[in-house]
Amino acid sequence: MGCGTSSSMKDKKSEKALKAALVIQNWYRGHSAQLKTRQRYALTIFQSIEYADEQGQLELSNFFSFMLENYTRLLEEDSELVTHLFDSNIQDKDRQDYWVLIDVPDSYCGPRLQFPLTFTDIDLLIEAFKQQQILHAYYVLEVLFETKKLLQQMPNFTHIKTSPSKEITICGDLHGKLDDLFLIYYKNGLPSVSNPYVFNGDFVDRGKNSMEILMILFVSFLVYPNDLHLNRGNHEDFMMNMRYGFTNEVLHKYKLHGKKILQVLEDIYTWLPIGTIIDNEILVIHGGISESTDLNLLHRIERNKLKSVLMPPIPIDGDHATEKGNKVGTTITARGIRTNGSLSEQLTKHEWEQVIDILWSDPRGKRGCYPNTGRGGGCYFGPDITSKILNKYQLKMLIRSHECKPEGYEICHDGKVITVFSASNYYEEGSNRGAYIRVSSGTPPRFFQYQVTRATCLRPLYQRMNAVESRAIRMLKERMISQKTDLIRVFQLQDSSKSGKLSVGQWAFSMENILGLNLPWRSLSSHLVTTDKDGNIDYMSSFQDIHIQKPVKEVQSTLIETVYRYRSDLQIIFNVIDSNHSGLISMEEFRSIWKLFKSHYRVCVDDSQLDELTERMDLNKDGSIDFNEFLKAFYVVHKFDKLSKSDTKVA
Amino acid sequence: MLYWDPKADAVFRKNKEKEDHCTTEMPRPEGGGSIAFLCARFSRRDPDHSFQSPGAQTKREIGTIIRSLGCCPSEGELHDLIAEVEEEEPTGYIRFEKFLPVMTEVLLERRYRPIPEDILHRAFEVLDPAKRGFLSKEELIKYMTEVGERFSQEEMEEMLSAAIDPESNSIHYKDYITMMVVDEN
Repeated sequence: MGCGTSSSMKDKKSEKALKAALVIQNWYRGHSAQLKTRQRYALTIFQSIEYADEQGQLELSNFFSFMLENYTRLLEEDSELVTHLFDSNIQDKDRQDYWVLIDVPDSYCGPRLQFPLTFTDIDLLIEAFKQQQILHAYYVLEVLFETKKLLQQMPNFTHIKTSPSKEITICGDLHGKLDDLFLIYYKNGLPSVSNPYVFNGDFVDRGKNSMEILMILFVSFLVYPNDLHLNRGNHEDFMMNMRYGFTNEVLHKYKLHGKKILQVLEDIYTWLPIGTIIDNEILVIHGGISESTDLNLLHRIERNKLKSVLMPPIPIDGDHATEKGNKVGTTITARGIRTNGSLSEQLTKHEWEQVIDILWSDPRGKRGCYPNTGRGGGCYFGPDITSKILNKYQLKMLIRSHECKPEGYEICHDGKVITVFSASNYYEEGSNRGAYIRVSSGTPPRFFQYQVTRATCLRPLYQRMNAVESRAIRMLKERMISQKTDLIRVFQLQDSSKSGKLSVGQWAFSMENILGLNLPWRSLSSHLVTTDKDGNIDYMSSFQDIHIQKPVKEVQSTLIETVYRYRSDLQIIFNVIDSNHSGLISMEEFRSIWKLFKSHYRVCVDDSQLDELTERMDLNKDGSIDFNEFLKAFYVVHKFDKLSKSDTKVA
Repeated sequence: MLYWDPKADAVFRKNKEKEDHCTTEMPRPEGGGSIAFLCARFSRRDPDHSFQSPGAQTKREIGTIIRSLGCCPSEGELHDLIAEVEEEEPTGYIRFEKFLPVMTEVLLERRYRPIPEDILHRAFEVLDPAKRGFLSKEELIKYMTEVGERFSQEEMEEMLSAAIDPESNSIHYKDYITMMVVDEN
């Protein structure tokens, strides 16, 4: 019958369409999952390397402690170096009137701020920065001094109350990504009495507009001191800034007054509050907690005594018990190394550790509290620790930042801990989203995610993944080449038949042993080495299309490799010694530092050619080394690069 | 008293839109200037998965893991698989010790094999009976979001961003498949 046949034909047709749709959907989901996994791998690589660098930073601070502790011995052996290193800079006083003397020429067409500041100044800055203008040092210093005065009046923890009509917005790490701040202000509104904000630390480093972010945040704070709250992060620390780029940014943008700006910033960091507490229920701090976190103590300490979270307080006499009043402490500052007045200018070790925990810790699924071996500071805290501490102080939730998350936020510990991270594309364009949270008492937090791009439309996911992935692999390969000698040694130890091949397991073990990055080596092997048809790895194949450029051909590769590997640390050391920021150190100083460095880092390398290396590279020919130029000459070449240099950043 | 009441929260969420995607363009600064305009894709994600049932997020992640291992279960098959490995009392977590033997068996039995390229191509052809060689954007959206194991809005947008030819607003499926397969390798 007519009707019956046509309806059954229709059924058959739609059944076929259904099956077809299912096939496509199934395939797509498989494909999409593969892309997401590749993104995860890439992020893990970035994160592991980032944290390994943070550990390197801690190692560096140990080196400085080592130098300070050996002060007296150094004095006997190398008095000239020591005099230079420990030259107490007399101009330590904050010359508040210094900035008034700076002249702003008529030709300056950047933004001019009017004190006392109003909300129009916030707009003015935003518009100016969108046009990539630079705020004149005069205004920068004015803002900094006013900010410092105001911050000094703030307690360690700001207590805030919200209401259903007055939500507060909490933002995480910005790391110099100005576009993200623009977006947040644009989408969520400028701060005001009815639109309060908390910025939870790490405003600076890594991105290229840390200065502009600070200016916008500080001006916002000056206009709305009761509604714009700033918490200190682990990057609000001059030692971190030396490694992660902010110091360079300031010195580059402010060639004349950069040093002064850095000095004032060093102090301002110490006056930033430690955290905020919302409605007596939510604790907002940058990193996390430990099992011994004592909020009452943290409310009481003199937070401004913590100069750098990486410089633990050390008395100069070490174990010797002398009269309490006469103990002299030594610290490192942006101005070099100098002696403090007395120990009362530092925190106690216990107090210092409490603050480190707040700024550096990370939550993990495993119960208990363990040292944070990934970063080298703070701890890993489990859900039981969270419950214990929250209950102890009758709090309900912890909001923190400090870790990059693919979605910009992450919830863990049964909803008691939220991580919010506001720098989208943190590692690479397409690597992650950013997020912010809006909170008010009685309602659950609302999450807003975003991803900034300067293109007219987002590239398709697979293209973005390709870019992120190849960048991560590149960084990993550069890591490998910087430890080539050690890696080959371990490979060869296991390759008893000298075949040049290892099993996947042996190779993965060796890689983890030397590099210590806790990465899924087996999954990554296809990107890093070639495998033969039996599944064995040709371990030398990683090093075939990549090498470290030799600034001087005749010098041994191992020495080149060592300088390359430690270039970030060396740069910081040189920066600290070069207290007048001339960019130069003498050959003498270089040799002494290298000697100390070698002994502390237990570096075994034949450096008989070190002099030859520096002399051949030094174009000044006046006995001084431009160390930035020197270190830049050590870089990795990827054979199949279109560019001739890789964009390895030196601090 | 809890910080907020999960039951009230559930009702609250049911009545609200779960996802709110929009593309925002920031206006150019006055007087031109050298900044390119910024685009941002915004999505407000109520954490319905993570607060109320932490399990839902874990389930999505397990799906990603299984698929990244080369298996292609349908959503229904995935659901059954997860039921097999999750805890009796849903804590929201899946224990590795339970997951490993099940997953090993799946891999050894070569279950949930991925779709071969020619089958995928034929599936597109079924949806294109006139054999034009392409599907219009509307047709693809209709099939993917209304039929079978339907796509979410985000999945649809993601697929379109790679598949669509902006000039003709259509999907030339043969080229699309070739591009995706090359990328996978």
